[in-house]
Amino acid sequence: MSGVRRVDVLVVGAGPGGLAAAARLAAAGAGRVEVLEREQQAGGVPRHCAHGGFGTWTHPLTGPSYARLLAEGAARAGAVVRTGVTALDWAGPLALTTVSPRGPEKIEAAAIVLATGARERPRAARLVPGTRPAGVCTTGELQQAVHLYGQRIGSRAVVVGAEDVSYAATATVRASGARVVAMVTDLPRAQAAPARALDARLRHGVPLLTGTTVTELLGHGRLSGVRVRHRDGRSAVLPCDTVVFTGDFVPDHELARRGGLVCDPGTRGPAVDGALRTSRAGVFAVGSVLHPVGSAATAAREGARAAGAVRQWLAGGDWPGAVPLVVSEPLRWIAPHRVTPADRHGRYVLRSTEPLTRRVLRVTQDGRTLDRVRVRSSLPSALVPYRTTLTLTARWTHRVDAKGGPVRITVD
Amino acid sequence: MTVTAQGPLPERPYDVAIVGAGVVGCAIARALARHPGLRVALVEAQDDVGQGTSKANTAILHTGFDAVPGSLEARLVREGARMLAAYATESGIPVEPVGALLVAWDADQLARLPRLAEKAERNAYRDTRIVGPDELYTREPHLGPGALGALHVPGESIVCPWTTTLAYATQAVRHGVDLHLGCRVTRASRQDGEHLLHTDRGTLRARFLVNAAGLHADTLDRLLGRQDFTVTPRRGQLIVFDKLARPLVRHILLPVPTALGKGVLVAPTVYGNVLLGPTAEDLDDKRATGSTAEGLSALREQGRRILPELLDEEVTAVYAGLRAATGHEDYRIAAHRENSYVTVGGIRSTGLTASLAIAAHVVELLADAGLDPGPARDLEPVRMPNLGEAFPRPHQRADLIAADPEYGTLVCHCERVSRGEIRDALASTIPPRGLDGLRRRTRARAGRCQGFYCGAAVRALFEEATR
Ligand SMILES: Cc1cc2nc3c(=O)[nH]c(=O)nc-3n(C[C@H](O)[C@H](O)[C@H](O)COP(=O)(O)OP(=O)(O)OC[C@H]3O[C@@H](n4cnc5c(N)ncnc54)[C@H](O)[C@@H]3O)c2cc1C
Ligand SMILES: Cc1cc2nc3c(=O)[nH]c(=O)nc-3n(C[C@H](O)[C@H](O)[C@H](O)COP(=O)(O)OP(=O)(O)OC[C@H]3O[C@@H](n4cnc5c(N)ncnc54)[C@H](O)[C@@H]3O)c2cc1C
Repeated sequence: MSGVRRVDVLVVGAGPGGLAAAARLAAAGAGRVEVLEREQQAGGVPRHCAHGGFGTWTHPLTGPSYARLLAEGAARAGAVVRTGVTALDWAGPLALTTVSPRGPEKIEAAAIVLATGARERPRAARLVPGTRPAGVCTTGELQQAVHLYGQRIGSRAVVVGAEDVSYAATATVRASGARVVAMVTDLPRAQAAPARALDARLRHGVPLLTGTTVTELLGHGRLSGVRVRHRDGRSAVLPCDTVVFTGDFVPDHELARRGGLVCDPGTRGPAVDGALRTSRAGVFAVGSVLHPVGSAATAAREGARAAGAVRQWLAGGDWPGAVPLVVSEPLRWIAPHRVTPADRHGRYVLRSTEPLTRRVLRVTQDGRTLDRVRVRSSLPSALVPYRTTLTLTARWTHRVDAKGGPVRITVD
Repeated sequence: MTVTAQGPLPERPYDVAIVGAGVVGCAIARALARHPGLRVALVEAQDDVGQGTSKANTAILHTGFDAVPGSLEARLVREGARMLAAYATESGIPVEPVGALLVAWDADQLARLPRLAEKAERNAYRDTRIVGPDELYTREPHLGPGALGALHVPGESIVCPWTTTLAYATQAVRHGVDLHLGCRVTRASRQDGEHLLHTDRGTLRARFLVNAAGLHADTLDRLLGRQDFTVTPRRGQLIVFDKLARPLVRHILLPVPTALGKGVLVAPTVYGNVLLGPTAEDLDDKRATGSTAEGLSALREQGRRILPELLDEEVTAVYAGLRAATGHEDYRIAAHRENSYVTVGGIRSTGLTASLAIAAHVVELLADAGLDPGPARDLEPVRMPNLGEAFPRPHQRADLIAADPEYGTLVCHCERVSRGEIRDALASTIPPRGLDGLRRRTRARAGRCQGFYCGAAVRALFEEATR
């Protein structure tokens, strides 16, 4: 490895988050903006989401078209999007080692944006017992197999999960010519828009088993079935040759961890403040790596928001110390995860393990109440999913004492 | 070079047939390959070498410090460890001499450490040392609270079991051994002083027979009319933690052994992960290589005590292996001169370490049983692709990538496996016949995403090459 190459902004990951940040920065004249993408094509996860649900209300797109649009947009704005390049590790506070077919390289930047995304937890990470047969995958693998490579999967699949991504998996199974035997969720109801859940059940005849856990995978060589147990204690074997583990996202936080960035215990990704600044001066993070997993549009919005903060930093801005945000049960996590009194715009995303409609969120610091908010849901209350995602506007942040203790969010 | 996986078997009789291409059978095949005058067949039921217990163990190159003094196992482990360490260097098999700490968690265990040190001496291992809690926590800062001391065994190492088995088999095949895969021996008989092995793919003839059938060594023994022992599978479940956990542990952390077995350990792997396991469950189903909810939760319980922070890390994989227990505290290796037959049974929980010494021992037994091996030669060394993190991987080598950019094109991102390595594996002497075999040769799909990112791409490369 000879020498270090310098750029102005280095973005790791060419998904919606990274591409949106790069496009904004390049358009605003931030100098050389380079995006590193380890896959052969830019676009991130939407590349293989052959379904709709991307773009805007007025301009709906399929995942692949959306991916192309973002990649072209970044390139047109003047960003250099390099595919087939992996950021391996850090070579200094603001430098990364990379590898590509052209060999290893060290790249240093004035600012680095981590947009490395998230993956679904595979079977092993969920500690699902049983044998290790073929025919076990995640939605990400399934979509690529079917939509990018035209590979055959099995003929009868069980889909584990009942969130939006699970219904996307169901559609992909059907597109491949296979049948969905059942969808299985340990929750009391589906986590997707009711119309979607109803459509799968009624139009496509996919039974949804709620309150049900997969307790064992069966079969030698090829999967022969999954054993499931209902909350009431009954258990059964669903014969199938394919099982798709969907959702249960975990951020791809390897670079953040290797760099020693402070990570949030709830989301497991790098902790950022309202301007998407991590614990290290000059390093920002956006997209699914922060909070698995919002829509692609959310990731892109964060990318655009980070672009503003990056420009401030490049213009000689400071790196204010941030106070951690701490949640407690039934809240699982909040993002952004840190706050500075200057975090004036934007909103916080919270994940709860139970419905919170009409309950009150209290924001406190060192015993001082900064705000109280009654939870409204964007969905009609009867339809609020079990694992609720809610938002909190940042109207209280100017009351935060930058030198004080953590800011706590509790549910009254 | 002959590797077959289907079709009829050669009719001409072999001098020696080895049944079972686990680490032991492959080592024996390699040892016999030194004798160019011998025609040797290695016969394996599954579609790859090392698909039995040899693929699912704790991957430790033992010193034999805690073996039963005076046993055959003690000797073969001691010799085998030395031989394998040298062979690994020659062949590019990753080995890391990390050393082990037998951690005492109560006064009773602490009191037993001197006796373990003495036992090690009786096994001719003299480098153990008892360390106090201060040194212990300096060596292992993330160890859970309450440890009172430890026995340090600096010679214990970690090794790649897959590369080891594959290296033996590759070297054997390159030196003329015929490897027949997908060839289960279902019946055996003798005719005119020859063994007739009846398999799924027809009959194979051999003058001498070596039984290295692992868990099924007793079954094969019975096919030959012997009832010397019964193999009871003892299952060991293991959890593989994410590479980000690797900095948490420096040594192999062993418990003080009890009458019930060696207990649950925490150990780094040469791939840069951390292992927690194994359980010890006596079963009677030789196919019960699944994991169980009880097993996994018991492991997590014990792991939490040993290395609390480990439990916060993501799990990359879970697997289980079956030890070939025979109710006898030693190997069951025996020559039956009248039958021109050698049984290599009961290779319990040390077979990987002892493999090369077992092989040398078996060659001697075959000679005792009447085999004239003829002249010997030195084998051409093999150079295996490196899967270990302690040595440069292809994507880290500027020279390799400059010569061939395929080594800089990563396909499996979690394990950083390049297209060049996958291509090489698919074109190797013993190519994989499935994605699991490809994984063991390259680590493709073996990482934390288990295929979320790369599964379809790896499958496409495999299918393209094997079409
Ligand atoms: C199966 C599935 C279906 C979905 N369906 C929808 C939908 O219908 N509508 C919707 O709005 N959202 C959907 N989403 C969510 C949406 O895809 C994500 O919100 C969005 O992709 C997040 O964008 P991102 O940029 O943060 O990360 P990603 O899209 O994950 O992109 C991250 C990129 O970083 C690259 N990368 C990571 N590490 C490195 C490294 N070290 N070096 C170089 N490159 C690296 C990766 O290769 C990847 O291309 C779906 C997600 C999944 C998994
Ligand atoms: C949990 C666990 C942890 C362990 N840890 C270690 C360790 O850290 N260090 C160490 O040195 N050892 C360890 N071991 C032990 C080691 O793995 C074994 O001793 C070794 O793998 C045995 O190899 P083998 O070749 O005898 O058996 P196997 O690998 O089981 O090979 C036998 C082969 O014979 C084939 N076969 C069987 N019947 C037939 C037939 N009829 N026809 C054709 N083929 C047949 C099988 O398919 C199989 O491939 C461990 C074992 C376990 C289970």
